[in-house]
Parts: sequence; structure tokens; C-alpha cells
Amino acid sequence: MNKRMRYILVNSAVPLLFILISAVAIPISNFSGMYLLSEIITRLTRNSFMVLSLLLPVMAGMGINFGLILGAMAGQIGLIFVTEWGILGAGGLTVAAIVGTPIAILFGWFAGNVLNRAKGREMITSMIFGLFMSGIYQFFLLYLCGSIIPFSRPNLILSRGYGVRNAIDLEVMGGFDNLLKVWVNGIAFPVGTFIIIGVLCVFTWWFRKTKLGQNMRAVGLDLDVSGSSGIPVEKTRMQAVIISTVLSCYGQIIYLQNVGSLNTYNGADQAALFAAAALLVGGATVSRATVVNGIVGTALFHLNFIVMPVAGKNLTGQAMLGEYFRMFVSYGIVTTALILHAWSRKKNTDSARAERK
Amino acid sequence: MSNVNALVKNVGLPRIIIAMFLLLMFCAGPFFGIPTDTSVDDVLVRFGMNGVLVLSMIPMIQSGCGLNFGVPVGVVAGALGAVLSLELNLTGPLGILVAIIFGLFFGAVFGFGYGLILNRVKGDEMIIATYVGFSMTYFMCMMWISLPFQNPSSLTGYGGEGLRVTISVQDYWGGQLSELLKIPISSHLVIPTGMLLFFALMCFLMWGFFKTKVGTAITAVGSNPEFARASGISVDKMRLISVVVSTMVAAVGIIVYEQSFGFIQLYDAPRAFAFPSVAAILLGGASINKANITNVIVGTILFQGMLTLTPAVINSAIQIDASEMVRIIVSNGMIVYALTRKAR
Repeated sequence: MNKRMRYILVNSAVPLLFILISAVAIPISNFSGMYLLSEIITRLTRNSFMVLSLLLPVMAGMGINFGLILGAMAGQIGLIFVTEWGILGAGGLTVAAIVGTPIAILFGWFAGNVLNRAKGREMITSMIFGLFMSGIYQFFLLYLCGSIIPFSRPNLILSRGYGVRNAIDLEVMGGFDNLLKVWVNGIAFPVGTFIIIGVLCVFTWWFRKTKLGQNMRAVGLDLDVSGSSGIPVEKTRMQAVIISTVLSCYGQIIYLQNVGSLNTYNGADQAALFAAAALLVGGATVSRATVVNGIVGTALFHLNFIVMPVAGKNLTGQAMLGEYFRMFVSYGIVTTALILHAWSRKKNTDSARAERK
Repeated sequence: MSNVNALVKNVGLPRIIIAMFLLLMFCAGPFFGIPTDTSVDDVLVRFGMNGVLVLSMIPMIQSGCGLNFGVPVGVVAGALGAVLSLELNLTGPLGILVAIIFGLFFGAVFGFGYGLILNRVKGDEMIIATYVGFSMTYFMCMMWISLPFQNPSSLTGYGGEGLRVTISVQDYWGGQLSELLKIPISSHLVIPTGMLLFFALMCFLMWGFFKTKVGTAITAVGSNPEFARASGISVDKMRLISVVVSTMVAAVGIIVYEQSFGFIQLYDAPRAFAFPSVAAILLGGASINKANITNVIVGTILFQGMLTLTPAVINSAIQIDASEMVRIIVSNGMIVYALTRKAR
């Protein structure tokens, strides 16, 4: 009993900590409940798709896919081309997704190959590989676009004649959000986007039950055992990464259509950090994550994200302090969750070893 | 032919390619208006600035903790030491000495905590080290704002809060090492003898450390933990010592960097030191579980050489600023290459 209690406590330590921080910070920040609610709904539309794209690699035992930035870059390339072609609305976003998908598949295939050669250290490798590819992405946009790849719209291209501008206003803004917008008590519910996110939730839930999903879970539990029972381990892991990359491509498109402007070169940098933090705040670990973890985590994490700087400012009178505290908490959460997970896994193997003796 | 093959195998293909490339850049430089002595000077200065930071990788790699992506922990310790030395208004050799002593002290304290964390997460050290480094950077951001520093030259003016983003050390102890015993060869080429000698001293100390009983025990833990445990070495203790030493050396390293650069960089800046330092030692031929001083020297020269020369030559040749991109692709590419190699 005691053991079970401790197990539950360790597993939900991060969400509990976050609820505690929120409980203290919300009154200090003086935000009204309605304001917070509408903000959280905005953040859920923006971010939950991205967070959910992390689930499959976790299932396949590869930990948090810090290479999310690969998919995000693919999505951004799609959006840049759609803006160039001048396609508006949900149709434009769909075309962006269609352009982004093959790029995301290619990136995911690269990442899968790399990660299969780095078993046991997938997280750090995916993170560095993402940074590496962001160099290639920069090269593509800064030097090839507008010179080798013709662009007709001058407001997309830097004044020197080639290279995409640092900030782009997206004409497809709100494409999904405005599809079915419902107003309740002055709060806008972008039902269109929620339906898309809902479809992904159902897909993830259904995917677990398919042959491939079962294979992924087996691979996630034990590489050697699943390999000797005839599951193509490397192929399965590859598929998990590719699907995750493609989903994060769509996730970035959904995020940007809500934000409305694209920060071409730095926009995707923090995507993986915030998505990972949100998922972990929802009580997921590096080896077990569900749809519920993702949604709850996104809401909780962004609640803190909104409240923290203002609370910090009200408490200390210093604006920047809250800003840094927010960054510290984001990184701290990921760190704590990673440490707790590694620690509990070590404890489990230790106790398993002790039982065998 | 077999000789060539043996050479390639010994030196390693990445190093040969980069060295050839570097040589090409040296030769191409003068044609684009970059004199060779400027190039040599740049590479020497950057080598001296970054050498000690790269050296700080060795203990952790040798003890099996992997690449020290948590360099920022040491960097903030060094920055804290530097700021405290300024706070005491110390100048000249005494100023930098006090900065180093404070840096070593905070390096030891931070490194101890960092080491305790890494001992609990065996097998996942690298990703956790990265995030510990980032968290520490932002924790110290809050400290830079709120700690009660008094020295006006390090405080933000005009109603701002806390320390400046970059603090000039020129009036205090800037150039104390790099100007020491400097040998001017031509108008563009000045050999920073003091800084290079200091780096040599640190290398010697590191070499000596690995000859001591503790040093050999650390290597034993890194190459075979089970065997080390069986022969009565405390694995956790040795790993802890290695992390503390790494962090302390990194703290000294950043002070060497600051005195040559002329500025202390605070807030987000420490983050930026992790990946280049890791990439440099890997470029020098280290793997994620084996590293020596030759790797540090070769790696730092090649990596810094590439970072300084490539953008300069490319810039003047085809008028594009590719420095950031080259840095990103080469440093991260090198790290990915090392992570995907089978552990030896």
C-alpha cells in the first residue's frame, strides 16, 4: 500500500507541483477567471496538436522527441509557399499541409535513421539533430529561396533580392479557427480547430489498437524481446518518428494560423521545449504518455505561462524577473521530469535485481 | 597505399577533411584581402580563449558521464566569480586571481549539486545535463537581477534592474593573461603568450590529475564500472569528483575567455557555450567515452579555425554572411556524428 502511494506520488509530482504554483500565483496576478479561461482556450487551440504529436515516440520507447523542430520547419516551409501563391483560408492551410507533408516525411526518415544508430540516447540525439537540420533549413531559406527558387512577391523576400524575410504576415491567419467559431459569454470557441485536434485524439487512441501501434508498444517495452519475437524493431521506430514529424508539421501550421505571423528563422526554436514541458506537466513520463496528459498539461502549463510573469512582477516589482522565472520553470519542469523518470527507472531495476537474489 | 590508409585511420577522416579545408582557407584568404597574419592571429586568440573550456570536457567523458552539455553550470560559476571580483574593485593580476578563486569555489559548489543529480540518472546523463545547464542559466538570470551588487560599472544604468547584459572588464583585469608576455610579430599578428601558457599549464594540471590515484580511478570507472566496483572503487564518488572538476575547470575557462574578450556576458549568454565546446573536443577525435588532451588541442584549433576563417573568407569572396549557419551545421553535425557512432 505504502509502496503504491509512493508510486502515485512520484508519478504525479510534477502536475501537483504545478497546481500548487498556480494556486499561489493566480491570486497574486489579479487576473479574472474569464480572462484566464479565454486565454487557456486560445492556448489549447494553438498548442495541443503539437503536444499530442509527441505521443508516438514515447510509446515506441524513444522518449521525448526533441526533434519536433524538424516537423515545425516543414510546416513553416509549407506556409511560406502558400503565402507566395496567395491561397487564403482553410484551403490555403490544407495546401500548406500538403506541401509540408513530403518534407516532413523526408526529415522524419533522416531522423529515424539517425536515431536508430543512437539507441539509448535518442532524446539528446533528436535534439541535436533538430538543431543541425535547422542550419540546413536556414541555408535553404536564406540563399536558395528567391535566387534558385523564384519568388514573385516582393514582401516575402529580403531587400537584397534573395532570402526569405525574418517576419512574415500570414494571410491564411485564422483559417481553421474561423471555420466554425462559436461565441459563448464573450469567449470565442474555435470549433473548427477543436474538431481537428479531436480527430487527432481519436486517431492516437485508435492507433494504439492497430497492429503497428501494438508493435510500437512492444518495442517501447523491450527492444531485444520484441526483436526476437519477429517485430521489425528499426522499421517500427522509424515509423514512430516519421508519424511524429508529420504531425508536428501540422501542429506548427495550426499554431501559426492562430498566431498570424511567422518568425521565419527563430520561430521553431522553442517549439520542442514548450511542447515537451506541457506534456510532462500533464503527468506524462518519458516512457508513458496519454492524450489526457497532453491536453491537461497544455492547459496547466500555459496557465502558468500567462500568470507567472505578472505574478512575479506584482510580487517583486521587477518585470524581467517574472520573465526569467517563466523560462526557469519551463526548463526546470523538463529537467525535473527527466530526473524523476531516470531515477524511478533505476529504482525499479534495482528492486527487480534485489528480488531475483 | 596502405600507409595512406593507416594514416587516415589514425588521424580520422573528419579531422583530415577539416584540416584540408582550413589549409585551403588560409591559402585562399590573401586573395580576398585577408592577410595570412590576421588569420593566424584570429585562430590563436580564439584557441586560447576557448581552450580551457574545451579542456573541461575531459574529466566527465573519462568517468563515463558522457559529453558535458552542462557547461553552462560552470560558466555561470565563473561569471559569478568575475562579477564578485569586480564588486571588490580589484584590478590587475590580483583581480583575475580573485575572480578565478571565486569561480573555482562556486564551480565546486554548483558542480557538487550537478554531480549529485547526474549520479541519480545514469544512462541519461547527456539530455539531463543539457537541461540542467539551461535551467541553471535561467536561475542565475533571476540572481543577476536580484542579488545586491553595488559596483556602478556592472549595474544597469537609467532605472534598469540588476546587472548589465555585458559588463566591460577592460578597466579591471581585461587582457591580464592575453597581454602578458605578448610577442608582436607583425602589425596584425600578436601571439598571446600568457594565455597560451596558461592553457598549457591547465593541460599539464589535467594530465597530472589523471596520473594521480583519483585520476586513474576515474578512468577505471569510465571504462568499466562493474570492474571498478569489484576492485573497491566507489563509482558514485569518482563520478561526483569528475563532475566537480569539470565544472571548476569550465569556471576558470570562462574567466580566461572573458579577460581576452574584454566583457563578462550574463543572462542568456552562458547557454551558448555548451554545444561549441562539445563539438570542439569531438572534432579533435574524442568519442563520448574517451578523450585526451591531444583531442582538446587539435579539436579547438580546427573548430575555432573553421569558425573564424570560413565566414571571413566566404564573406569577402561572395558577400554573404554565412558564419551563423556554418557554426550551426558544423558543430551540431559533429555532435550527431559522435552520438551515432558505436561506443568503443
